[in-house]
Amino acid sequence: MAKVKCAWFDFTSCEGCQIELTNFGEPFVELLEHVEPVEFREAMSEKTEEQIDVAFIEGSFSREADRRRLEQIRARASIVVAYGACAVSGGVNAMKNHTSDYAEEVYGEDAKRPHLASQKALPIAEAIKVDFIIPGCPIDKAEFVRVVEQLVHGTTKVYVPSYPVCVECKRRETLCRYDDNDHCLGPIARAGCDAPCPADGIPCEACRGMIDNPNEAAMEKVLVENGKLPERWAKDKTRMFTANHRGDA
Amino acid sequence: MSKNVNINVHHLTRVEGHGNIVVNVTDGSIEQCQWQVPESPRFFEAMVRGRHYSEVARITSRICGICSVGHTLASLKATECALGIKVSKQTDRLRRILKHAENFDSHVLHVYFLVAPDLLGAPSVFPLVPTHGDVVKRALRMKRLGHEWGSLIGGRTTHPTRAVVGGFSSLPGGARTVREGEANLRELKEKLLGCVPDAVETFKLLGDLAANIPAFDRPTEYIGLVDDVEYGLYDGQVGTLMPDGTREIIDVQDYRSVTNEYVVDQSTAKYCKHNLDSYAACALARVNLNYDMLHPEAKKIAEGLGFAAPCFNPYMNSVAQFIEAVHSVYMTVQFIDEVLADGLKDEKPVEPTKFGKGAGATEVPRGILFHEYAYDDEGFCTMGNCIIPTGQNHANIQGDFDKLVPELLAADKSEKEMELALEMLVRAYDPCISCSTHYLDVTFKK
Repeated sequence: MAKVKCAWFDFTSCEGCQIELTNFGEPFVELLEHVEPVEFREAMSEKTEEQIDVAFIEGSFSREADRRRLEQIRARASIVVAYGACAVSGGVNAMKNHTSDYAEEVYGEDAKRPHLASQKALPIAEAIKVDFIIPGCPIDKAEFVRVVEQLVHGTTKVYVPSYPVCVECKRRETLCRYDDNDHCLGPIARAGCDAPCPADGIPCEACRGMIDNPNEAAMEKVLVENGKLPERWAKDKTRMFTANHRGDA
Repeated sequence: MSKNVNINVHHLTRVEGHGNIVVNVTDGSIEQCQWQVPESPRFFEAMVRGRHYSEVARITSRICGICSVGHTLASLKATECALGIKVSKQTDRLRRILKHAENFDSHVLHVYFLVAPDLLGAPSVFPLVPTHGDVVKRALRMKRLGHEWGSLIGGRTTHPTRAVVGGFSSLPGGARTVREGEANLRELKEKLLGCVPDAVETFKLLGDLAANIPAFDRPTEYIGLVDDVEYGLYDGQVGTLMPDGTREIIDVQDYRSVTNEYVVDQSTAKYCKHNLDSYAACALARVNLNYDMLHPEAKKIAEGLGFAAPCFNPYMNSVAQFIEAVHSVYMTVQFIDEVLADGLKDEKPVEPTKFGKGAGATEVPRGILFHEYAYDDEGFCTMGNCIIPTGQNHANIQGDFDKLVPELLAADKSEKEMELALEMLVRAYDPCISCSTHYLDVTFKK
């Protein structure tokens, strides 16, 4: 079987998801028996003119100027995979989406420079057609390999769980954050990561996005009543990774 | 000499984030010689406003995927300063181990994956798989070790979970008992000592390739943490070293008097300066500042590679990184022994005693990093400021360009050779441009 020609591209992000790919260790060499990296700016100087089988895109679409680059990648690639929270949903970059003074806050007078123009941070899918997603901040390495396996075998569907993170905590027998005087977004957070955060003693922040049809009003009530969060915090809680999922987005 | 040179490297490869190199020489005279940064701005300081203190490090960790441990720790230290929290001895030691893990992890990535291909004459690490399979496998093995080392303490290395305000949310390895946590630390110690043969092979490789490191000197001011406990990395005060050997110590809370950010028209990034027009913050700066505090095994590596502090060659930053990587292995073994000697304790994170304003600094692999926050009386953030090392290094990179390009022209180097020399120089700093705080975006005349 011919190797699958893969390319990696990055937009507005921390580039942490591509770093996760370097954490496999020696098994990474095995992965290279099935995929051939043809373009990956952060790791290689080579570029390709040929058609790309799979383009992995990291980072959110946050500048109109990036639209053309995204369209060019789409035209060059047979399959586009958005990987990481930034590409899939806008990620943390979308935390500023509901405000208008963010540029002045950071750059003061210089914010008026026309080139600092930045729009709302949006998913890649707002600019081009995306075939598959790998959510999470950062991505889960095992899930990445699972998706690559499926693409190598020519699958047309990649499964992303639609149940909440709470299911995975119960399965792992992790103490519920609410039973440990804390709060958590597990009830509306999309699973698939095996819930590492509550197992490490911190709340789930829903970095993989929300489940389908989340009950946001009930979540807010739980945050206040069971999590003892002040109203203002409960109202803004889901802006960290899921600002673009909110009903008011 | 009537030479024409036209170098235009758009989105330099094998660096984190986006940078351009533009050099135009007409009839031997330099018209343009620039290091440019077109990174997309991200506005983190605006995003942390209104967020609870327990969330801030989790957000600012996302500034950078490579230095996310450092961003987490600088953020936690700033918040703890603002909230009047003093962490336990055990937390301090475990955080030092976590910091060493990141330094090792990132340095291995940089030296092997980003710099070595230049020294071996390859465009990337991938063509080296069939020709230098053992080197690539060793690199991946060492990278994995760095990842496991940091993950054992922090939960994971990209956006650590367990490092929280006041301490840690769970024991090393996510252990449910103190005994299990101690066993996890012992296992890590064995793994670290087990990597010594790989470190020795890396030392030999670097020794063989050292002749390919360009000779170029430009003395500058070096800035980094200096610490009483160990070689400045996790904690300490701001130390500066001038080319003539003059030293100065500045309190972290006065960091703005060190960084002095300013805007220049020809650059997208804010520049920093202290005593001179530019300063360096990187592994080279740290080794120059703290050579005496290096572990004896790391000093042996330095001597073996012909490294003598102070070193004024920015290309030697990669060598300084490897010296630090070895230092981090041995210091972590020492801190594990100290934690085990006192007995691991299951400690709850320390609670705030006040709500105010505070700054924190830590060294990330590519230099000193500052975070500062202010909190209202309910613990919600009202102000954030982050000054990253790559931002501090931009002016120094430009300064190196200004000295290097005339030297390359005088040596009658070809356009291709000049381009590679400039690319290698930028890579040597290991810039982490996607840490995009304080970047301005301007267009350049082409």
